[in-house]
Amino acid sequence: MRITQGCFSFLPDLTDAQIGKQIQYCLDQGWAVNIEFTDDPHPRNTFWEMWGLPMFDLADSAAVMLELGQCRRTYGERYIRLSAFDSSHGWESVKISFIVNRPKQEPGFRLERQEADSRNIRYTTSAYVADRPEGERYGG
Amino acid sequence: MPAEPPITLRSELDQVGVDTMLAELDRELIGLVPVKTRIREIASLLLIERVRKKMGLSGAFPTLHMCFTGNPGTGKTSVALRMAGILHRLGLSRRGHLVSVTRDDLVGQYIGHTAPKTKEILKKAMGGVLFIDEAYYLYRAENERDYGQEAIEILLQVMEQQRDDLVVILAGYGDRMDKFFDSNPGFRSRIAHHIDFPDYQDEELLAMAELMLREQNYHFTADARAAFVRYIALRRTQPRFSNARSIRNALDRIRLRQANRLVKDPDRLLTPEDIMSIDTPDILASRVFAPAPPPAP
Repeated sequence: MRITQGCFSFLPDLTDAQIGKQIQYCLDQGWAVNIEFTDDPHPRNTFWEMWGLPMFDLADSAAVMLELGQCRRTYGERYIRLSAFDSSHGWESVKISFIVNRPKQEPGFRLERQEADSRNIRYTTSAYVADRPEGERYGG
Repeated sequence: MPAEPPITLRSELDQVGVDTMLAELDRELIGLVPVKTRIREIASLLLIERVRKKMGLSGAFPTLHMCFTGNPGTGKTSVALRMAGILHRLGLSRRGHLVSVTRDDLVGQYIGHTAPKTKEILKKAMGGVLFIDEAYYLYRAENERDYGQEAIEILLQVMEQQRDDLVVILAGYGDRMDKFFDSNPGFRSRIAHHIDFPDYQDEELLAMAELMLREQNYHFTADARAAFVRYIALRRTQPRFSNARSIRNALDRIRLRQANRLVKDPDRLLTPEDIMSIDTPDILASRVFAPAPPPAP
């Protein structure tokens, strides 16, 4: 099941040229671009691990693409997303985030029904891959 | 090869605005003929490259890494600052910004510190020009465990692989740069343009002095000009002469003396002409004209 979260996630995967243009837009706005990765695809997992430091003071998207290339080489079988942080006063928050890399196989989520008191049913979802320990999911 | 309407270089010239750019360079930079020639050559290459592209003849992106060598004060840093703008206008540098660094910005203090530091700087410079002043300090022959070597390796790798993202300009004094390249032969071959900055002639220095004064709304009187010509000739023979930098410092001191001269006579009626003009005594008071050589510092 294809994970959809962040911008552009209902579109076909972005090409590197398209990613580069999005990054350039972010940099032109003065936002700091971050690379984050995870192997826990649950939608409530909002804090992903960072690849390196946030990249402040860049002028050109080639620099982010360089880091993204290195991140893909190491974590090609995980989800990688870019987020852009606007540090201007009053915002101080992430303005955009989008997935730029995903595992080849995305097994999806299981729906669990829990029978609670008085015939109530509680639903929860959990990723199939989350059964395995961190770092051993998605074969890499 | 399909038949195409013949292209004249004139239309291309106008489109890029090379002529105006070179004229501006001629006006604002005094002397420096080898530098201007090289910029002209690069501009011509780009022009031909554009035409070739239109005709469907592909070519590799030209290597633009440069090395500026020359004596102190010959304008290496000023030209590098300008080069970023020039390359941007020629369309060879996407953002046209300049990141100016020295050894301290690239080399770390402990194991594992250098690589992230160097990469950080390289990333900041992407799309523009990375200017490494006094590049020979990167390599310290006397210490084989120096981290400079690590920075050099990362630098070389990026210079080779991302030639269209980044232009690296090294600058330094000629003899020490030669030594640096001797110990890092890979570096020399990855730099396409080795430009040597010649020392300025006396008349070029004079023209420069007048330009600097004009920018600050000063000017020489006729006698003062003659005195300054003598000053330049004398200053050149003295130790630690550093071309344009010496002239700039001399002018700063001359302005001090002029101010002092005006302050000494507070009751005088001042005209703008008095305030702006630099007179002979301001110049002749310099220690350069003193009969005895100055004591060694």
